[in-house]
Amino acid sequence: MDVFLQQLINGITLGSIYGLIAIGYTMVFGIIGMVNFAHGDVFMTSAFIALIFLLVLTTVLGISSMILALILVMVIAMVLTSLMSWAIERIAYRPLRGSFRLAPLISAIGMSIVLSNFVQVAQGPRNKPIPPILSGGIEVMNTNNFAVTISYKQILIWVVTAVLLAGFWYLVQKTSLGRAQRACEQDRKMAALLGVNVDRTISLTFVMGAALAAVAGTLFLSYYGVVNFSDGFVPGVKAFTAAVLGGIGSLPGAVIGGLLIGLIETFWSGYFSIDYKDVAAFSILAIVLIFMPQGLLGRPEVEKV
Amino acid sequence: MAEATVKKHGPDLSAAVKDALLSGLIALGLFGPLVGLRTEQNIRNELVVQGRWGLLASVIAVIIVGRFLLLTLVWPAMAARKERVTPAEAPSPVRQTLSRWFAPASLIFLFLYPAIVVSLLGFQGSLKWVDNFGIQILIYVMLGWGLNIVVGLAGLLDLGYVAFYAVGAYSYALLSTHFGFSFWILLPMAGIFAALWGIMLGFPVLRLRGDYLAIVTLAFGEIIRLVLINWRDLTNGSSGISSIPKITLFGIKFDASPTGFAKMMDLPVSSAYYKIFLYYLILLLALLTAFVTIRLRKLPVGRAWEALREDEIACRSLGINTTNTKLTAFALGAMFAGFAGSFFAARQGFVSPESFTFMESAIIVAIVVLGGMGSMVGVALAAVAMIGGTELLRELAFLKTIFGDNFNPDQFRMLIFGLAMVGIMIWKPRGFVSSRQPTIFLAEKKAIAGTLVKEGHG
Repeated sequence: MDVFLQQLINGITLGSIYGLIAIGYTMVFGIIGMVNFAHGDVFMTSAFIALIFLLVLTTVLGISSMILALILVMVIAMVLTSLMSWAIERIAYRPLRGSFRLAPLISAIGMSIVLSNFVQVAQGPRNKPIPPILSGGIEVMNTNNFAVTISYKQILIWVVTAVLLAGFWYLVQKTSLGRAQRACEQDRKMAALLGVNVDRTISLTFVMGAALAAVAGTLFLSYYGVVNFSDGFVPGVKAFTAAVLGGIGSLPGAVIGGLLIGLIETFWSGYFSIDYKDVAAFSILAIVLIFMPQGLLGRPEVEKV
Repeated sequence: MAEATVKKHGPDLSAAVKDALLSGLIALGLFGPLVGLRTEQNIRNELVVQGRWGLLASVIAVIIVGRFLLLTLVWPAMAARKERVTPAEAPSPVRQTLSRWFAPASLIFLFLYPAIVVSLLGFQGSLKWVDNFGIQILIYVMLGWGLNIVVGLAGLLDLGYVAFYAVGAYSYALLSTHFGFSFWILLPMAGIFAALWGIMLGFPVLRLRGDYLAIVTLAFGEIIRLVLINWRDLTNGSSGISSIPKITLFGIKFDASPTGFAKMMDLPVSSAYYKIFLYYLILLLALLTAFVTIRLRKLPVGRAWEALREDEIACRSLGINTTNTKLTAFALGAMFAGFAGSFFAARQGFVSPESFTFMESAIIVAIVVLGGMGSMVGVALAAVAMIGGTELLRELAFLKTIFGDNFNPDQFRMLIFGLAMVGIMIWKPRGFVSSRQPTIFLAEKKAIAGTLVKEGHG
């Protein structure tokens, strides 16, 4: 029971991070039907931006309040990552809209290679550790000398994720931007005829996905305390798995899928084998796509001639 | 943006300057932290940031100047060219003749290549050019042609192709080190194993379409790699299998022993013979792949693949068994990857899961797509350009005299590879050779432009 509870806490934390990344995949797929393969590396790059500004704020500018520094870092990372994602969409994806089916996917794979290698060249191939931030936590229960704890970092991740998802939900459901987005998702041509600026809406979709990925990147950095240029691929695939599991195109689905993937991964590592935890995630991806391609909350795919 | 005005009235300088400066500002945001501030560990293992403002300034300057030139010179010139050439036109007769003679000429060149290199550089000097360039490129040509059956002909995007390459490599590595079988027995076996894996993995996934199929094959590729890493009893984990036996020519070994090739032929001992032998072997294997593909395109199954690529629903309504058709393409592609894999293991003498990462799959897919899906010549050209080009980067030692001794061109290999992938997709989404050679025609054989071909939903 105690191990179960601890793994549950860890799983929800990991799942929140996956969920935040998964939203970027699911929104882009929903609106232009493309797997944004570079999204995992956008996440990784945002973690590096967060790392750099965290160091600048704490060591160069000497901000001593960790919470303040983290909030500032998160905002800066969101802005810069959004800019990056906007530029990527503009350069690598927009010219290929209306091109043949595989072109955007290949371009996205290329962009993913570019991002991870750019970070490797610019920042070096080594792991980048940061000093622990926000150490300590709350002890929930203690049985037979096994203490179940929630660390302050985990609480931070839960709170930030919950607040952002609420804001995001409001943005998509209640604002004109969200309406334009949903209109483009249903029928891009018709939306354009009705005066929706489709290009701008698609750009903003990429920007929103990237902003959430930047939050995930900052949280990832503060949770694990280390980041490497190759950290984009596996979390990216897992987040994509989350998006597929939840039903691609569905926003609540992405969050639920993220939580499920996080839970499955931590329980698998806790009870079976930590070596095969990635195999578990990839197997779920394959199984879900084969037997339940519409996911938990997605709409079934309609075959058009 | 300024593009629209440029097209109508020629270069508008003040707008171009404004636009270029704006790009510079964006570039500052993009590259400022990642290029301008480098994180380094100091002696106490703490991370510190170091400013690299000079580098940052030069990167931004390059972007501003580049954007300005693009707006004022490159795009107007391209727009003017576009008005002259109507799109979707078949290639001109000159280019058709050229492309007809290109393949035989390059084939002759490939067979003479080791002789040319040896006569120019001697046996020792030729090693690098035969091994690093010749064999390395030909392995990718073969993999590209193998994947071309799956992606180019049948239109199924397979992002886990490297898994079958791994199956072939590990089949040879394990069976030859444990049971001492020869390469010539294990080559077909590796192909059969890989094909069986292709059928096993293909069977459940092939009813998926498009991007979903791509992602599931990626997942399978990663699962196989992770199993190879973690199943330590069998595969020795990430340390890999070493001292894999070399290939023999009718039992003749390529070593310095009395029964070895050099002694038997009364030649001075050199490792170049083995490399040249390997070169011809992979050349023949690659040509086998090409030959089988060309012949299959003319058989019912090949025509069914191409029909499937163009329109799956029409195929089904015409009574083509889509599952079997896809499965044959998948299995055949996997078989050639298995051949290439066993050759790879024998050539390296060492295999480890490191060689079979997703990046390899991405490189092979890139070669097929950039070459122009379905075009054999295009795939070969793309392999030469992408693999040869990135290998060449290792040779650019003179750049050290410009950028200083710390400059290592090798580290830009994959960065340039990725940029080339994106760039070629934007410039030529249909790949280098975008025309199609139909296998069935009325009266006259004529290539058609790729833009006329509709790529279906796969």
